[in-house]
Amino acid sequence: MADHVNEEQEEVPTYSKKDFMSDQTIRWCPGCGDYSILSQVQTTFSKLGIPREKFAVISGIGCSSRFPYYMNTYGFHTIHGRAPAFATGLKLANPDLSVWVITGDGDSLSIGGNHLAHVLRRNVDLQLLLFNNRIYGLTKGQYSPTSEVGKKTKSTPMGSIDHPFEPCAFALGSDATFIARTVDIFVREQRAVLQAAHAHKGTSFVEIFQNCNIFNDGTFSAVTDKKVKDKAAVFCEHGKPLLFGGGKSDAPQMGLRLNTQTFQIEAGVIGEDFELEDVIVHDETNPVLANLLVRMRPPLPVAMGVIYRVERACYVEEVHKQIATAKAKPGAGELTKTLFSADTWVVE
Amino acid sequence: MNKPVQTLEDVVIRFAGDSGDGMQLTGSQFTNTSAIHGNDLSTFPDFPAEIRAPAGTLAGVSGFQLHFSSTEIFTPGDAPSVLVAMNPAALKRNIADLKPNGMVIVNTDKFTDRDLEKAECTTNPLEDGSLAGFQVVPVQLTKLTKGSVKGLGLSGKEADRCKNFFALGITYWLFNRDMAVTQKWINSKFKAPYAEANLKALEAGYNYALTVELFHSSYEVPAAKLPPGVYRNITGNAALALGFVTASQLAGQPLFQGAYPITPASDLLHHLSRYKDLGVVTFQAEDEIAAVSATIGAAFGGSIAITSSSGPGIALKGEALGLAIIAELPMVIVDVQRGGPSTGLPTKTEQSDLYIALYGRHGESPMPVIAASTPSDCFDTAIEAVRIAVKYRIPVMVLTDGYLANGAEPWRLPDLETLPEISPNFATPEDGADGDFKPYSRDPETLARPWALPGTKNLEHRIGGLEKQEGTGNVSYDPNNHEYMCKMRGEKLNRIRADVPDIEVYGDSEGILVVSWGGTYGAVRSAVDAARKAGIKSGHVHLRWLNPFPANLEHLLRSFDQVLVAELNLGQLARVIRSEYLIDAHSYAKIQGQPFKVSEVLARIQILAG
Repeated sequence: MADHVNEEQEEVPTYSKKDFMSDQTIRWCPGCGDYSILSQVQTTFSKLGIPREKFAVISGIGCSSRFPYYMNTYGFHTIHGRAPAFATGLKLANPDLSVWVITGDGDSLSIGGNHLAHVLRRNVDLQLLLFNNRIYGLTKGQYSPTSEVGKKTKSTPMGSIDHPFEPCAFALGSDATFIARTVDIFVREQRAVLQAAHAHKGTSFVEIFQNCNIFNDGTFSAVTDKKVKDKAAVFCEHGKPLLFGGGKSDAPQMGLRLNTQTFQIEAGVIGEDFELEDVIVHDETNPVLANLLVRMRPPLPVAMGVIYRVERACYVEEVHKQIATAKAKPGAGELTKTLFSADTWVVE
Repeated sequence: MNKPVQTLEDVVIRFAGDSGDGMQLTGSQFTNTSAIHGNDLSTFPDFPAEIRAPAGTLAGVSGFQLHFSSTEIFTPGDAPSVLVAMNPAALKRNIADLKPNGMVIVNTDKFTDRDLEKAECTTNPLEDGSLAGFQVVPVQLTKLTKGSVKGLGLSGKEADRCKNFFALGITYWLFNRDMAVTQKWINSKFKAPYAEANLKALEAGYNYALTVELFHSSYEVPAAKLPPGVYRNITGNAALALGFVTASQLAGQPLFQGAYPITPASDLLHHLSRYKDLGVVTFQAEDEIAAVSATIGAAFGGSIAITSSSGPGIALKGEALGLAIIAELPMVIVDVQRGGPSTGLPTKTEQSDLYIALYGRHGESPMPVIAASTPSDCFDTAIEAVRIAVKYRIPVMVLTDGYLANGAEPWRLPDLETLPEISPNFATPEDGADGDFKPYSRDPETLARPWALPGTKNLEHRIGGLEKQEGTGNVSYDPNNHEYMCKMRGEKLNRIRADVPDIEVYGDSEGILVVSWGGTYGAVRSAVDAARKAGIKSGHVHLRWLNPFPANLEHLLRSFDQVLVAELNLGQLARVIRSEYLIDAHSYAKIQGQPFKVSEVLARIQILAG
């Protein structure tokens, strides 16, 4: 179901990616992962069947947050960390809009951590794309709240001593209803995730591994390199076993199973370490499984795709339901009556 | 048994007790009853920040002062002539304010050694002669109340809670008030057996005053001769809420409020959250920054958007307000001022946020600032702020204060038909039909840019915090463009002056000009009246617009021999006037968390008059 936008009487034009490209020169560094994400978002928008004027792209501050300027839609480049709050206000004012929040690891996990938590718990019907590059790029290379311990940057010459956030675990802890993970350069997988995010009713949290080739080049290459991708990542699909490796990769067919003694996930070669029927069948509605999946790090494969998805009432819809209920009461909506609602007296 | 009735022009009464004694409620009931009686009135609730400070202590004293009159009045009165004191702490805290020979009604049941100790009294004021200059009316309030509700099955503690109604009953007899308004209210507010208990306590208090030899006469304050119309009693926060709802109806767009709870602004959120039937969306955000951010988002979406807070919250909103200014979106920011800096005096009034309203943002970020003068004026101020915001596409700051927010006065209800519409004048698909919509083109007269709502065909555009190129709104680092845009945003303030009426001087047009703004209107006006009665040539100018100033202000300031700026801070407006006009304005500044007394302002005028 398309982003719950009321279908207009008039037909939605057939768009191509070009229709969503603005006339502004893109000023990201050559080779930045943001280019690929921009391209996938533009392509995805063109295929959603929504009139272009119904899209609003809201961002905070940081490299990723320049995104709206490059989208030929309505856009608002706001202030650092607060994009979810702006988006909530806009969606409350006009629930018909398809609202997309573009943010980064610094923007929404450091200065804007509060707003991220609250938009997720409220379940405002919007898409939130968190470009995680584990570094502050726009301010030229300080460690971020997702940088690994020991990371040497301009502000941590002896290595970072901050324990990092796991963004998807943060989302899970904030009772998000949709949690997905993808990678800037995984074109097909990323588009599928964006489509699913759009289709979900509620706040769709999407973490996108994004390479900053200037200040943090190759931070995800252990997972995202073409050569290792098929064995270093597991692509979650609801109702299907969690398998990786095999096929085109140089690794044998592998799977994930739950060790019921340790309550930990283990990887193993199918037919060697355990059998296919031992492999966990992905249940995207299971928060316990989701918590195990989002925290998998090498040597376990990194979980990709839609990791968690459940239905829950959406904030904006509930707000407008209350208003509709109030309006439906007899005598409602009369300003004069409200003004005169207290004890009054007449002076002749 | 009939006792004589004496007629008085006006009375100031103060109810004082423990935070848990229900003094605010008691004062409000006396206020509503007096309003229905037809008196002009003005109230001053004064309560501690602690919800329930330790019972019986000085820190826990809560007071409610009411001035009711048969003539027009402007203030809650400098000093009460009647004090109701529910315990020694309340007595100790308030007795110094009571007029000489004033009446003090005391709950004598609350003067045990333990009670006196809690109130830090070394001797019993009922016995040590310290009340010699007053008419003391001792009442065994606790015992009498318990007796009056006997048989209703209340616990001792529950019965004790009815004693404020017993005290109210006494004052109702004393001032010949009809109990009907309060009786109706009790029935609507309380369930059995508490409704019956409170009614019994109220009536018992009334009959007690009538019967016993405590009072030799009762008093009557006749109805005031107010302009004809339908009236209700209203507080500043309630009037603000109604003003914003009315403005949204005049604009034909829903009202959006983003807010985070903060004293003394929270009531605005409480009021507006009850107006859902009028399409009002209230968003209780996770913090002050989210509140203002959501408000800007809603303004982008076409709502009549407001955010409200008090000083600490306004400080947090500062960065987002810079964005609101560069985005040139209409919205209103309400600052219900309280004592600062920091947490300061959260429940006390002050006018010390003028600077932050005028200057408290980074960069060149001018903002129109308007201040309400009385509780009912908050209604008109809200509408005016929205009107300017929408017309000029600009965020507007409204200043009120704790005194206005919680204080009440009679309000003549407006005729909605006479209020002019507010045209949002949204951009239309035709404005972008040629594929070249210019989000930062300007109306030549107002300099307003188009208000183009997401969802409108042909108008897709991007806004944001980076400097805009005039016309296209694209990001621009062009040095000349930046200077031009800064000047344009400043020039808007000059254009707004066209909608700021010339200010009129009250009183004399020579001598001393007393300048005030905001919630001190009543006290300063009364002081100028008193000064003129005493033969001092003086006039009064009360500023509504603080940015921009009215066009004729400078001329007025220069036409007087002396200028005195009276305000509840350390001289903020005085310094603004000095720097703006190079005029040697005198400052009369008070910063005690309390409103001006008329006598204080008068004394300062007298000093200046020599």
